Amino acid sequence: MRTVADLGIGEHGFIAGFTDEKLSLKLLEMGCLPGTEVILTHHAPFGDPIAIKVSGYTLSMRKEEAATILINSI
Amino acid sequence: MAKIPKIALIGNPNAGKSSLFNTLTGLRQKTGNFPGVTMDKLTGFWELGPKNEVEILDLPGIYSIYPKSIDEELVINILGNPAHPDYPDMAIVVADASNLKRNLLLFSQVRDLGIPTVLALNMIDVAENEGYVINSIKLARELSVEVAEVNAKKGIGVNGLKLAVQKTLDNRFASNDGLPLPVSEELINDIQVAFGDVDPYRCLLWLMEHDRMKMFTKVQCADLDKIMVKHDFEPKKYKSAETVKRYEFLTEVVDRCVINLNRQWDAPPVKTWTDRLDKLFLHPVGGYLFFLAILFVMFQAVFTWATYPMDAIDAGVALLNDWLKGILPESTLRGLLTDGLIAGIGGVLIFIPQIAFLFFFISMLEETGYMSRVMFIMDKLMRRFGLNGKSVVPLLSSVACAVPAIMSTRSIGSRKDRLITILVTPLMSCSARLPIYTVLIALVVPEKNTLFGLFNLQGLVLFILYLLGFFMALFSAYMMKLILKAKEKSYFIMELPTYKGPRFKHVSYTILNNVKAFVFEAGKVIVAISIILWVLASYGPGNSMEDATNRIKTQNPNLTGVELSNKIAGEKLENSYAGHFGKFIEPAIRPLGYDWKIGIALITSFAAREVFVGTMSTIYSLGGEIDNENATIKNRMRAEINPQTGKPMYDMALGFSLLIFYAFAMQCMSTLATTYRETKSWKYPLIQFGYMTALAYLSAFLVYQVLS
Repeated sequence: MRTVADLGIGEHGFIAGFTDEKLSLKLLEMGCLPGTEVILTHHAPFGDPIAIKVSGYTLSMRKEEAATILINSI
Repeated sequence: MAKIPKIALIGNPNAGKSSLFNTLTGLRQKTGNFPGVTMDKLTGFWELGPKNEVEILDLPGIYSIYPKSIDEELVINILGNPAHPDYPDMAIVVADASNLKRNLLLFSQVRDLGIPTVLALNMIDVAENEGYVINSIKLARELSVEVAEVNAKKGIGVNGLKLAVQKTLDNRFASNDGLPLPVSEELINDIQVAFGDVDPYRCLLWLMEHDRMKMFTKVQCADLDKIMVKHDFEPKKYKSAETVKRYEFLTEVVDRCVINLNRQWDAPPVKTWTDRLDKLFLHPVGGYLFFLAILFVMFQAVFTWATYPMDAIDAGVALLNDWLKGILPESTLRGLLTDGLIAGIGGVLIFIPQIAFLFFFISMLEETGYMSRVMFIMDKLMRRFGLNGKSVVPLLSSVACAVPAIMSTRSIGSRKDRLITILVTPLMSCSARLPIYTVLIALVVPEKNTLFGLFNLQGLVLFILYLLGFFMALFSAYMMKLILKAKEKSYFIMELPTYKGPRFKHVSYTILNNVKAFVFEAGKVIVAISIILWVLASYGPGNSMEDATNRIKTQNPNLTGVELSNKIAGEKLENSYAGHFGKFIEPAIRPLGYDWKIGIALITSFAAREVFVGTMSTIYSLGGEIDNENATIKNRMRAEINPQTGKPMYDMALGFSLLIFYAFAMQCMSTLATTYRETKSWKYPLIQFGYMTALAYLSAFLVYQVLS
């Protein structure tokens, strides 16, 4: 299954679930709900961390953290 | 008189909480400490009506009541514990209307704790620009709370908020829904029997977060653990399920109360200013160049702008001293007043321009939202050195002062990253080093323009010293990364807020609060040390002071007047208590090029390095050429002659050796005390003191041996 870490700039997907229990609470609280659309907007220099748009605001996270968010492509 | 009601101000980061706090309280703010923790406590008074005042407590920004880092723990320690001295009578939850659902999550948690709550809807204009129209009357009915629309930045809607708060204070109604997700009644019952009859949601908070709450003893924690095992309760699972459940409920509420105009037109998303600016600031090359440019302007500006008020303060203090010496009769008291007390106070006041400028820049970067972009582009680099993108803020703030910088590491979630950041932060050159740098650079670096006359050579050397501190911090962090063991993985999930124009009111409050804290906190220490030093330098063991006078008089029977009194003063200083201390450590510092006079300054600097300049002026005004017309510290030091070579004492080698020593040495009691409080162990302040002193000694030794 694809994860947010696999997205290219400008690509989007819908959150399907999480693979890390500890991170998932933090992500949920910050608005990454299952079924929500995510768009990758920026890579930091050297490709890591990344910035995504979700629920109307921008969230930054490391690639390894993005890899715990599963997505369904459209 | 009735007790003043307490109101806690709660909200997501960037929801406009601080703006609202400043709007409501204005200048009637006070900073203090929470009992038991070093966290700054910001409270203020707000007038609801005539003779009707409430106290507002500004709590750190959070996304949920479940803490992820140490600064967030504070919130549950206050809201979860009705016996806490800061436990509020009610809460105002500030919500960003343009991001309502996520902001309501926190609101619903606070309300379910059983605290009467008012919802303040902020940034409605932003939401409307994005095409969202909010029916706040309906929202109030759905959530059964008082809702007030406010514009915190412009101060609109304060009267509506007053009404809502007054109503809530009058009826003390907490509209909690009970539990968001049902659990077995026996579980709640077990907790209520053991710990008191409180709201079920509060019971669960106690059960899940007791390790982070200071209200529980070890025995009580063990009891709660037992209840958890007995009922097979898994906090992580519950919290996730609870969050999802709350969002389900809130989605329905928001759907009923908010109209989305975009959906009807299906218009393409507009390119916002934030998107455009991010293109530049997050650019792989441009982003770094821009950040470097900001840093360079910051230092060049602080060095050039701040020197004018600093020179004025320096000259003013010297003038005042000379004037007092002129009108007061010669006595011990006059000496204590002029060379002890006023010299000490001058040493404090001279910092104000630089601290004000540094806090101006740092709070501007925070205010505009640019600081989180810096964290974003620096994370990968910092991670290589065992740090974290979030370490940038402490490292940058410690250019002002390491104490608030170390406290700001609380937002770093990973313990190892946080520990390393705390240990290396004092290597960054703080503002207390600036006067030392300024004096020494002026002594040994010629005043020349370089780079096509654009930059001042002295300014360039100063910039290099700051860079040196930064690279030494990175290097030390790398070494510690190899030594320290990590218990948990660090994470870097954070919001990149939209860019905002700085609120100058907020910036000026930040500057004012920090300058005040410096003058009164650090000032006390500096003045005390200056007075002690004056005593130590004016008195000696036994009859040594009179002996010194007589010795000089018999050795130089032909001398009279100023020349004689200078010689006597010098001999007295050498035989004073301070002179003995300096002489005692002279063998250890001789390889670095220092004599016993600098030794005195080093000893006093171990309490606080800013004392250096004050010590130097005390020492040289007592023992050197007293030149009343231009008695600034710089001129006194320039006139000092090395008795062995007959050349000026402060040459290139000594100057740079001292600069490097002060750049790396751990000479600040307040920083060590802060490290102790933040790590809760003596081990880390000792490590910090040890490695930095060793680093300073070795580097200064190398520099002196190479240059001389």
